[in-house]
Amino acid sequence: MTPLQGCLLVSALLFAIGLAGAVTRRNAILALVGIELMLNAANLNFIAFWRYGPHPEALSGMMIVIFSISIAAAEAAVGLALIIAIYRHYRTVNLDEIKDLKG
Amino acid sequence: MSLPFIIIAVVTLFAAAAAMSLRNLVHCALSLVVSLAGLAALYLTLDAQFVGFAQVLVYVGAVAILIVFAVLLTRSDAIPNQAILAPGWVIGIVVSAIVFTLLGWATLNSTGLPKEVPPVPVVTVKNIGDALMTQYVLPLEVIGLLLTAALIGAVIIAMRDDTAKTKMEDGGLQMEKASGPSSILHPPSSPGGAR
Repeated sequence: MTPLQGCLLVSALLFAIGLAGAVTRRNAILALVGIELMLNAANLNFIAFWRYGPHPEALSGMMIVIFSISIAAAEAAVGLALIIAIYRHYRTVNLDEIKDLKG
Repeated sequence: MSLPFIIIAVVTLFAAAAAMSLRNLVHCALSLVVSLAGLAALYLTLDAQFVGFAQVLVYVGAVAILIVFAVLLTRSDAIPNQAILAPGWVIGIVVSAIVFTLLGWATLNSTGLPKEVPPVPVVTVKNIGDALMTQYVLPLEVIGLLLTAALIGAVIIAMRDDTAKTKMEDGGLQMEKASGPSSILHPPSSPGGAR
């Protein structure tokens, strides 16, 4: 197994863990944490392809990871603000109990 | 596949699994910190020093603190006495396993991946700054605008609007006197109504 394949496997496993947490946990904060883990797995992929790709001096992979980290920070801030607003309205963050729009 | 890489990867993955499976949300947040720090260490082993330190600053420093604050503000730090997994969680686990199997199979059987390891690239902070200020200056500006808008929006969403709420309640009371229920979200349950 080449180092690139090792990185990709670690990243795939991290993505699967994040996906499982995001779709199975009942707490809204934990769902957001799962999404963060998936974003980080994608970032690891970008860095691995940047490092082991043919042109590491081009900096493209590193730049997209830097921008992705800043977008993830904005996403976390807005998501947690939404969760706090939802908690203030419903007094719960349990995703199964927030069902006013459920048909 | 060097030994440090394997050790850091195992620690990162175990911490991520713990963050997704523990009952106590504070423990989940702390495991998430370990996992994100492990990812930063992985970036360092991949010779991406700037990204590693940005990861430490942004994720371990800011996002983890945000998550801990959200856990404490929503009073989720008590251990829940009900199930922590949603009903139908088996399907979610199965879908995740399928995704991992597919990605792993594609990784191990792909022929297009570069085999040889290129020499360590020399990436200084000066190079990154030059690239950010010349080639990537437009994305940089857009990111700055996006961050500003997102942070102002987050503050506005999470802000407790007492004045607006009391105004709405006053108006709601008057409207209720005039024409029955005013709130759509919590309609008063009429006795004997068809529900």
